[in-house]
Amino acid sequence: MTEPVLAIRDLVVEFDTPDGVVHAVDGVSYEIYPGETLGVVGESGSGKSVTVLSALGLIQMPPGRIVRGEVIYKGRDIVGLPIDQLRKIRNKEIAMVFQDPMTSLNPVFTVGDQIAEALTAHNEKMSKDAARAETVGLLEMVGVPNPDRRYDQYPHEYSGGMRQRAMIAMAMANKPSVLIADEPTTALDVTIQAQVLEVMKVAQEETGAATIIITHDLGVVAEMADRIAVMYGGKVVETGTVDQIYHTPRHPYTLGLMMSLPRITGEMKRLLPIPGNPPSLINRPPGCSFHPRCRMSEGRELCRTVVPDLISGAEDHPSACHFRDEVADELLREAAATGIAAQGGSLG
Amino acid sequence: MGTFIARRMLYSIPVLVAASMLVFFGMSLVTDPLSQLRLIPNLSQETLQNIIDRKHLDEPIIIQYGFWVRDMVFDGFGTSAIGDNPIWPDLKRAIGNTLQLVLISEAIAVVLAVILGVMSAKKQYSFFDYTTTTISFFGFSVPIFWFALILQALVTTFFLKTGIRLFYTFGQSNLGAANPFLDRIQHMALPIITLAYVNVATYSRYQRAAMLEVLHSDYIRTARAKGLSERAVTMKHGLRNALIPIVTVAALNFGGVLGGAVITETIFAWPGMGKFFIDSLIRGEIYTLMAWLMVTAIAVIVMNLIADIIYGWLDPRIRYD
Amino acid sequence: MTDQQVRIDEALETEATRASLDSVHLEGLEIQSLTQWQLARRKFLQHRLAMTALIVLTIIFLAALFADWVAPYPFDVPNVPDRSLAPTLEGFHIFGTDKIGRDYFSRTLYGTRTSMYVAFIVASLSTLLGVAVGGIAGYYGGKLDNLLMRLTDLFLTLPFLAILLVLSSFLGAGNPIRVAFILAFLFWTTTARIVRGEFLGLREKEFVEAAKVLGASDNRIIFRHILPNTVGPIIVNATLTVAAAILVEAALSFLGFGIQPPFPALGKLISDGQDSLTTQWWLATFPGLTIILIALCINFIGDGLRDALDPKQRVK
Repeated sequence: MTEPVLAIRDLVVEFDTPDGVVHAVDGVSYEIYPGETLGVVGESGSGKSVTVLSALGLIQMPPGRIVRGEVIYKGRDIVGLPIDQLRKIRNKEIAMVFQDPMTSLNPVFTVGDQIAEALTAHNEKMSKDAARAETVGLLEMVGVPNPDRRYDQYPHEYSGGMRQRAMIAMAMANKPSVLIADEPTTALDVTIQAQVLEVMKVAQEETGAATIIITHDLGVVAEMADRIAVMYGGKVVETGTVDQIYHTPRHPYTLGLMMSLPRITGEMKRLLPIPGNPPSLINRPPGCSFHPRCRMSEGRELCRTVVPDLISGAEDHPSACHFRDEVADELLREAAATGIAAQGGSLG
Repeated sequence: MGTFIARRMLYSIPVLVAASMLVFFGMSLVTDPLSQLRLIPNLSQETLQNIIDRKHLDEPIIIQYGFWVRDMVFDGFGTSAIGDNPIWPDLKRAIGNTLQLVLISEAIAVVLAVILGVMSAKKQYSFFDYTTTTISFFGFSVPIFWFALILQALVTTFFLKTGIRLFYTFGQSNLGAANPFLDRIQHMALPIITLAYVNVATYSRYQRAAMLEVLHSDYIRTARAKGLSERAVTMKHGLRNALIPIVTVAALNFGGVLGGAVITETIFAWPGMGKFFIDSLIRGEIYTLMAWLMVTAIAVIVMNLIADIIYGWLDPRIRYD
Repeated sequence: MTDQQVRIDEALETEATRASLDSVHLEGLEIQSLTQWQLARRKFLQHRLAMTALIVLTIIFLAALFADWVAPYPFDVPNVPDRSLAPTLEGFHIFGTDKIGRDYFSRTLYGTRTSMYVAFIVASLSTLLGVAVGGIAGYYGGKLDNLLMRLTDLFLTLPFLAILLVLSSFLGAGNPIRVAFILAFLFWTTTARIVRGEFLGLREKEFVEAAKVLGASDNRIIFRHILPNTVGPIIVNATLTVAAAILVEAALSFLGFGIQPPFPALGKLISDGQDSLTTQWWLATFPGLTIILIALCINFIGDGLRDALDPKQRVK
């Protein structure tokens, strides 16, 4: 049993706002093993981005603060590390790609210089020419045409897809052990999305980095991930392999997500969205944070009062639901209602 | 970049022409030289006729405009109506005197403002931030003339109590001063402080706002995620972007300062553009006034051009429009 | 969560979901939806500095408005026995008296009334004119915009104060209304630029497109859709214009070109006291402090308004 390269353990992050304390991350735990791709899925406001940003110390503190928890990177807790040590980890060990490449790149510096900066920040002895040469190589790896000429261009001269490729190049420059991609394709057209995902796969192969893909796009996750963690209301509600999550979800929220996807194959009678709105992170509902929207709950007392833990059932993957054994039946019921094929508590 | 500059320069020419028309025709709307002149007592018929001839006051206004432009371009704005004194030499001297004050006070103001603004932004909501904010607010709530007067009063009272002349409150220099350089500085100090104070207040707010916006942008987050030191993040990535608005604002403002130090110069009796203007106004010297207005308009247009060029140099995004 | 979104959500609940949702509990979903104005008002009330400034300013305003009753002495009546008094509680000469015994508190009060009067007219006029010009330029764009903007730029190439001085010198000032008009004549340009910028931006937004598709006339779009969204910056700008107008008016009357006797003016009071600053310091100081206080209050209020009306300004 290998050790996870990055493990987040019971992380709690809060923000002080004029309207109250926002509980953005409420006891999140998940792990990623070397070489694998973990997909973190959830709606806006589920805390998926804040989790990883806090891990790298990239949230504004104040008004944010890490209340408790650990982020273990290669056996070492990096929460609360002094900034000069954290700096050495950023980009060199754990690198990030952000959502909007246009605003994530500094408009007044050339793209090439910005990538080269990632190199020289961690290799002080590297000469300008060496950095440039290596950057050109990186640009080539991510599929930017004419890399030598493109080095000297500014971000506004790149297209959206190219910018994201440049960001990926920047992230892979120092061959990190973990790559975190926060909604890498959300700001891009669908056709470009596919290309960028390809580039990410290539980068991953070249460097062997473990990858965390954060997204709300279930299609992207199906394409890229080995395992998935589903987040809701600042907590992880279910984790499992892609197969398990897509075919045998064991949490009502995950079930809701799968049910709400329109399907091309087969017949479908009607769509089944998840009713209601994401919870307020300031005034959280008591008990399970999903219960107000849960079709299964039916207002049961347990749901309304006790927060469920993320634990596995007998032969199942971890899920945070008091009635996880009922999910299989609920699955069959809802599948029938919408006309999706299902059998034995499993989606086709 | 070259075409960018050329295009901007070309664009300035019609603006210059339009400004000259605005000045001339605007002035003729507001006042009529002939009736002004007739109001002057003891003006002999001969002198009056002489003025009419020189300034072509009997011709249609368009013709007068033409002559005025000719005088402006080829003859240093010609001569004043009464007294027939060449305008340009006095104007030139006034410009020089004002430039002394204005260049120094602008430079001080910008440097101070950038420092204060950047520090306030980095330490938002801190004691330092609140203090500088309060001083800034005070700065743009204070009438310049009152501030100048109080400075004068303070320095004078100080002198009366201690016998030490810290600064001078009037004029440009004392004749026969032991150390002319020091003497000049002592005369310039108060006007410069006055001019700089108000500007620092405004500029530092600008800089703080710009820096705050920059510090919250995504590319700063990327820079941090790359593992750069806080200093590199703020100074290299942040400041480079945050300086753009203030440099342009300062450049634009500078154009206006040539004509805007009227109050300060009057109070400190500094023989610059301000005093020149008030004197001409009181005497009703229309042609001198118009020359003054044109010079200030030209200064503004030139500084606008320079501001545009600087902006294009600093921000690669707008070079290619 | 705005009430808009709640309504959309409700609309999306189809029969199917309602059927399978008989016992869904919606507790814990308290959505407090406030309108924009309520939100703004709440934010403003929380801004302590702005609230304090508002109270102070209101007091000053009311005192000045009812100067005839509040002022212990008339504006311009000499009272030689009480001349050149330093500020004292005797006879309620809290701002002192001048060489011929005129009470400076009263003089300052009357001067304040004139200043506020002028500033208010200037702000209203210039805002109206600025909104009109800026709105037309921003909404119709193209050649009209170009022309109007070039015109505004032209106004800006000439030094503000100098033009004011020239105008008041030749057109004759002295009268507060005249001064107000002259000032408004130059202040409208800033408002115009801001409004034009806003209109240009808002014109491209989808809700305008939607309104057009629904057949709304230009007038309707401007007045019912775009203008309400620009009210924020307009109000902030108008507030700051009031402050600027007070300062400029004081400068003009100080130089002798603005409001002139017999009308009271704070700037004139200061220039009267200019020569005796070191001996009778109270003459020039108190009118000046009054101007500062008023301008400070207005600036704080303007800041509070800006925070309240512009959601992006506040850092989370």
